[in-house]
Amino acid sequence: MALATLAEVAWADYQLNFQEPATKLAREVYDLHMMMMYICGAIFVGVFGVMFYSVFKHRKSSGRTAATFHENTTVEMVWTVIPTLILIAMVWPVTKTLIAMRDASSADITIKATGYQWKWGYDYIKGEGEGIKFMSVLSTPRDQIEGRAPKGEHYLLETDNNVVVPVGKKIRILTTAEDVIHAWFVPAFAVKQDAVPGFIRDTSFRAEREGIYRGQCAELCGKDHGFMPIVVEVVSAEKYAVWVAGQKKKLAAAAEDPQKVWTLGELKQRGETVYAQNCAACHQPTGKGLPPAFPAIDGSKIATGPKEAHLNIVLNGKTGTSMQAFDKQLSDTDIAAVITYERNAWGNHAGDMVQPADVKAARQ
Amino acid sequence: MSAATGAKNWRTLLRLAAFSVLMFGFGYALIPLYPVMCKTLGINQTGVDDRPAVSAQVDETRSVVVEFDSNVHGMPWKFRPLVSHVTVHPGAITQVSFEVVNTLPTPVTGQAIPSYGPPLAAEYFRKLECFCFNKQTLKPGERREMPVVFVIDPALPKDISTVTLSYTFFEVEGNRRTAGRNPGASA
Amino acid sequence: MNATTTANGHAEGHAGGHPDHGHQPAGLMRWLTTTNHKDIGTMYLWFSFAMFIVGGCMALMIRSELFQPGLQIVKPEFFNQLTTLHGLIMVFGAIMPAFVGFANWMIPLQIGASDMAFGRMNNWSFWLLPPAALLLVLSMFVPGGAAAAGWTLYPPLTIQQGMGMDMAIFAIHILGMSSIMGSINIITTILNLRAPGMTLMKMPLFSWTWLVTAYLIIAVMPILAGVVTMTLTDRHFGTHFFSAAGGGDPVLFQHIFWFFGHPEVYIVIIPGFGVVSQVISAFSRKPVFGYASMVYAIAAIGILSFTVWAHHMYTTGMPISAQLYFMYATMLIAVPTGVKIFNWTATMWRGSLSFETPMLFAIGFIFLFTLGGFSGLVLAMAAVDVQMQDTYYVVAHFHYTMVAGALFSAFAGAYYWLPKWTGHMYNEKLGKVHFWLSFIFFNMTFFVQHFLGIAGMPRRIPDYALQFTEFNQISTIGAFGFGLSQLLFLYIAISCIKGGEKAPAKPWDGAEGLEWEVPSPAPHHTWVVQPIVK
Repeated sequence: MALATLAEVAWADYQLNFQEPATKLAREVYDLHMMMMYICGAIFVGVFGVMFYSVFKHRKSSGRTAATFHENTTVEMVWTVIPTLILIAMVWPVTKTLIAMRDASSADITIKATGYQWKWGYDYIKGEGEGIKFMSVLSTPRDQIEGRAPKGEHYLLETDNNVVVPVGKKIRILTTAEDVIHAWFVPAFAVKQDAVPGFIRDTSFRAEREGIYRGQCAELCGKDHGFMPIVVEVVSAEKYAVWVAGQKKKLAAAAEDPQKVWTLGELKQRGETVYAQNCAACHQPTGKGLPPAFPAIDGSKIATGPKEAHLNIVLNGKTGTSMQAFDKQLSDTDIAAVITYERNAWGNHAGDMVQPADVKAARQ
Repeated sequence: MSAATGAKNWRTLLRLAAFSVLMFGFGYALIPLYPVMCKTLGINQTGVDDRPAVSAQVDETRSVVVEFDSNVHGMPWKFRPLVSHVTVHPGAITQVSFEVVNTLPTPVTGQAIPSYGPPLAAEYFRKLECFCFNKQTLKPGERREMPVVFVIDPALPKDISTVTLSYTFFEVEGNRRTAGRNPGASA
Repeated sequence: MNATTTANGHAEGHAGGHPDHGHQPAGLMRWLTTTNHKDIGTMYLWFSFAMFIVGGCMALMIRSELFQPGLQIVKPEFFNQLTTLHGLIMVFGAIMPAFVGFANWMIPLQIGASDMAFGRMNNWSFWLLPPAALLLVLSMFVPGGAAAAGWTLYPPLTIQQGMGMDMAIFAIHILGMSSIMGSINIITTILNLRAPGMTLMKMPLFSWTWLVTAYLIIAVMPILAGVVTMTLTDRHFGTHFFSAAGGGDPVLFQHIFWFFGHPEVYIVIIPGFGVVSQVISAFSRKPVFGYASMVYAIAAIGILSFTVWAHHMYTTGMPISAQLYFMYATMLIAVPTGVKIFNWTATMWRGSLSFETPMLFAIGFIFLFTLGGFSGLVLAMAAVDVQMQDTYYVVAHFHYTMVAGALFSAFAGAYYWLPKWTGHMYNEKLGKVHFWLSFIFFNMTFFVQHFLGIAGMPRRIPDYALQFTEFNQISTIGAFGFGLSQLLFLYIAISCIKGGEKAPAKPWDGAEGLEWEVPSPAPHHTWVVQPIVK
């Protein structure tokens, strides 16, 4: 059976080495690693050459009698000093690269990456595109993960909103987290930086080639740690300007949204999508949750009681639990939609709805 | 086993047991040691920064970009810097403001924790006045502008040309919603 | 080392060797109340093997889920519980107790003591283990499940978890108590109860390595106990050691944890160094090359292990000065480790080698542990570690040191001393099969994980992108092969206990040391009159 499954999988795309480096530093790291491989390989061959010579030549079965020597200060000194020298030779170029990695010269664009359970939020803090903010969620459908649909080419390494940056510009990434420690990891840039709640950390990269680079959260952050990818799209300066203009328009549109009055059907429909992206991981598509860590919404006191309480917990989260505050993550419309959906889905029939205007009012 | 050996064994046991108790204490001693170490190394300034400002000459020859960042950690406040960044000369006294709004119809108390990028910059970032020195209590719906007055120490290493000052507001406990730390409790 | 004994020591050894232990309670009570170092050693060894099977089953569940991309067998939250418990059980339940078992059996025999210094405390150290193990295993069945924050238990993730986390914390407290008491016993025994003439620098290397290990344990296990206690109070009593909200720092936990954790790595491996040194020497029929430098190297490794903890934390955002310091300090540890490997090679050089199972496992240990050492060097390079940290490369690295290192050396020791424990020779042919199966399947499981890590597959994920499929499949097949091979060891050990060729007092012609001067099986009481070592 194992063999049958093996045969199904294409044997073409495995790789033995790092991903193709896309920054100068990533290339340096690549070269450093190769250097280490060669040195370690040489030592390995040397040491085990001697040992296996012994294994084959100095056998009792071939009538050898054991020599009796058991120390030799000169030899022992030599093999203490020589490895020390080799180590110094190895560590020297690494030190240089390490210092280059901590290059704190001025960046063209600063982006804050905030880790949430389990998605990334991005704020463009400085430089072209300042003010842009969005959440970036895994876009691989549940059906693919649960094996009900064939897996796409970028299975688990695709998001609804990619981070877009211009090529050749120095991008500074500030990392922080909302709930637990995450890590922002893009192998092609040789960038990995823990995101620690309550603190910011910084790292940077300057991509040399346009393209799409994929990474993942690299610090265990709970249930869906394996499902919060990072996708960085490196584009030309012109394309970047177009993207920025598009994002700005979107932000402006989102700001106008709250004036509109939605119908129950519209809200439920939109809410279902928002729920699938933001809530279903914990509370499950069935609304039954995974008690006790993730309580059920279906039939819960909050989803069937007064809507103010419901609005409050979605906006502000619940301290000390995994329930996070969604006020900064979702627009008024999305929050209105998802609450309306939760109150009217599964076995819940509250019949009432929350309008974007209500959310806007509650936020103040 | 002779009585003499027995007594000797007990002495060894007591010494070793005392040592392991000591090491348990040492684990706790690392807590106060850590901020000291951090201060020396210039990482993760966790406490309130109360060093006096350096009285230094303004270094007109170089400029440093100071970016501002704001976060609120699971509390119903809106919090943002009024300017995203400023360019300053090291040694020059600069004032910027942050805006905070309480969105709840009840008073809420918070404390802001500063953090710096790169962390090393903490060593050279001197705050003369900061809302992060004290707890802040906001009345229902109150909006407040809060100033930060700072100086960048001219000793800031030459290769650092951008510094980020980030604040995260945490709700002070014992105030609101303190129950339910245990996720086992139902929502 | 030339250890000779008086005829008296022999005679006394025989005298206590009758199979009936008249004054001892029989049945279960015998095991519950025993203060005999051999009984307790045996219980440690069985306990650790049982835990090895439990932890191994968890590993196989993990590998089954990772056989294909997608979620098939376990849910992600349960997957995290499995990785966490697998780590905790293997480190604290399997490897550490296994070597404590060896220590209990062999140290008194090797240094010519009649028993451990504190028999009753020895009994308590053992009997603390089963309740702790039970706590860990049962925590999977409480609401919310077991701890799922990884064996490193980083907050704030630990703050979010259910009562399974509290159970894990209590289990760690109990396991810590047990190993601290065990270590105090070992140190006292070695320092105070050595036979006349057995100076420290004449002591067999296995006892030496345990002396260093025991000191490491009493130095760092209390720190682990402290840091999990802080987690506990953060969870339930409103302290803020690790939460920025109250002026704490989540990264502080990592510093304290790894201040324990790095010496812990050596606690796991150093007794293995001792076993391997003795086995290599015995089957090369030549004294250990550079005995003194071996001792110094072990001590150096022990001391240096306190100075390198933050190389586990290069990506947490530490200043470059700290990164450089921890990188250089880590490099420094490679030197004494290298000295040991050169010494073992020189011990074999111009010896008269034969390749019984213990020797095979010892050579396998050196070969694979060196590979683990090299990947450790790569990881120590802070600039390269940025790519490797928290990927499968790390997983591959520490399994090379913990499985091919600690576990292989434990097998070497088990085969080496089985005749002394049971009075029978084990089945040599099956032993060799066990080695070769373990060796091949081990590499199949873990060598490919280097490639996964280099390609960027994070550790502790239940599902992965398609380009990681092939190596994961190889790894899973290897893991099942490796797991099944260990049942062969169980069979070999049981048949060796039940019968087989009678073992002489000294079954290995090249072996040295006092343990070979008592009959096989070692009688219930040995060295009642201490031998005199010349």
